[in-house]
Amino acid sequence: MTNPTIEKKDTRSGFGAGLYELGLQNKDVVALCADLTGSLKMNAFQEEFPKRFFQMGIAEANMMGMAAGLATAGKIPFTGTFANFSTGRVYDQIRQSIAYSHKNVKLCASHAGLTLGEDGATHQILEDIGLMKMLPGMVVINPCDYNQTKAATMAIAEYYGPVYLRFGRPKWPIFTDTKSFQIGKALHMREGKDVTIFATGHLVWNSLEAAKALEEQGISAEVINIHTIKPLDNEAILDAVVSTKCVVTAEEHQMNGGLGDSICQLLSKNLPTPVEMVAVNDSFGESGKPIELLDKYGLGVKDVIAAAQRAIARK
Amino acid sequence: MKKTSSELKNQVNQTRRDIVRMVHEVQSGHPGGSLGCAEFFTVLFQNILRHNSDEFNMSANNEDVFILSNGHISPVYYSALAHSGYFNVSELNTFRKLNTRLQGHPTTHEGLPGVRIASGSLGQGLSVAAGISQAKKLDNDNKLVYVLMGDGELQEGQIWEAVMYAAHNKLDNIIATVDVNGRQIDGDTKDIMGFTELKSKFEAFNWNVISMDGNDIDDVQETLYKAGMLSGNGKPICILMQTEMGNGVDFMMGSHKWHGIPPNDEQLASALVQNPSTIGDY
Repeated sequence: MTNPTIEKKDTRSGFGAGLYELGLQNKDVVALCADLTGSLKMNAFQEEFPKRFFQMGIAEANMMGMAAGLATAGKIPFTGTFANFSTGRVYDQIRQSIAYSHKNVKLCASHAGLTLGEDGATHQILEDIGLMKMLPGMVVINPCDYNQTKAATMAIAEYYGPVYLRFGRPKWPIFTDTKSFQIGKALHMREGKDVTIFATGHLVWNSLEAAKALEEQGISAEVINIHTIKPLDNEAILDAVVSTKCVVTAEEHQMNGGLGDSICQLLSKNLPTPVEMVAVNDSFGESGKPIELLDKYGLGVKDVIAAAQRAIARK
Repeated sequence: MKKTSSELKNQVNQTRRDIVRMVHEVQSGHPGGSLGCAEFFTVLFQNILRHNSDEFNMSANNEDVFILSNGHISPVYYSALAHSGYFNVSELNTFRKLNTRLQGHPTTHEGLPGVRIASGSLGQGLSVAAGISQAKKLDNDNKLVYVLMGDGELQEGQIWEAVMYAAHNKLDNIIATVDVNGRQIDGDTKDIMGFTELKSKFEAFNWNVISMDGNDIDDVQETLYKAGMLSGNGKPICILMQTEMGNGVDFMMGSHKWHGIPPNDEQLASALVQNPSTIGDY
């Protein structure tokens, strides 16, 4: 957060804006929300398209089944609730009625990770990427800012099949444009030759800040935004690693099951490379301010810098 | 072309033969609940559903839909689908075998015509039906959404989320049948998790509730017609269908034990003698 002039908005508002535009463009798009319309920024859609908005009450399991039914009949349902209630709470409903049944449902999940803040660990899910990426055929996307979240929301309506779209609560710097997003296509944020940092979600910004600091130490860090964790952009990842020969992964998620885990799998098969992972290490979160929490749990800018130094030392 | 009562009875007999032969062949599957629902499936698929089984259309626009929530009674479902033209009856012989479209529990994954959702993990079908119901209302499609659940299955909490939703949103194009056979895997439902008085429970949620004898083919037909007439009146419709698990095969009746075990050769022979061939085996 070193640049005070950069505009900040929450990624969930990017979702709300994208959903509203989709509503205008595509009459098959419908939205379901489990009593969190304001939190998910779905109000504009609800007000403009009341017949296509379904208030589900506090009943997420039914919401997932309803979404599967709407998709069966040809609609493109977007479900909205917190990431915890979008995944862990309803895993079996998603597995059977949506993933195995290959329904065109878009699972849209806000308040993911530690940056949810003061509500604490009950709500700070750090396992959702892992849960969702394990499901056969599920696309998993974790955009990094408002613009990318808006673009991703609109892009997934054009893709047929189940998608998990993960975003968050805090106001966060805006540093991408809406045109640069393509499902499954890694986004080069910064060139560098000594180390490649693969980052997703809010941690992309931290990685860019880390790269700036590393430059002052004479280290040239490449930053690549992996917004789509599944399917992974294998080619872009391998191309980058061939030249830098060491890797940092950064994400607001458990180390087990996250982006770093997917990248390690890819590299161990194709191009064994030292990897340092910036992620939560087998722990639940707690109450606090988003930035305090990222620092305490090892996801701050300083942690990305230290991970880059360790990765380079292992080359 | 509607089937006559005697044609329906012949079909029920054939479906019972299909069920026991299918589970015997692979020595696995669920004959008890399947047999108890043979009349219901036969009447529904032969005489009630307004559907196009020649050209299966997943989205079911302008067609009635049937969702099986208690997917373990797949044998009776597959027999009903085959005999109403969704696929060739000879395919029943592949039930539960490697590379089959007739998986142990129904799925869309292998592309079997007639199946619109996977089921097996219980409690999810009514929610799916609610979604299809909402889509039909959005599209001004006045066809109906039928769903079958087991009585034991009502122990799943998601069912009651959907019961609540359907009533609140006046999903009066849903006809949800509960197979009240009083049995579940570990014993009788009244002993496992006794919650009697289903009628008052559904009525308390503001559903329209009717009852039928699920093993009386004429009552099934009359009640399903009646349910159709009750649709469009602001309330979802629940049919409490009393059945006997294992109906039509004497040694499978009167107990929960035949929920999920296959007959041996001798038992198969006995079941087939009790249900002589009518329209020919697959």
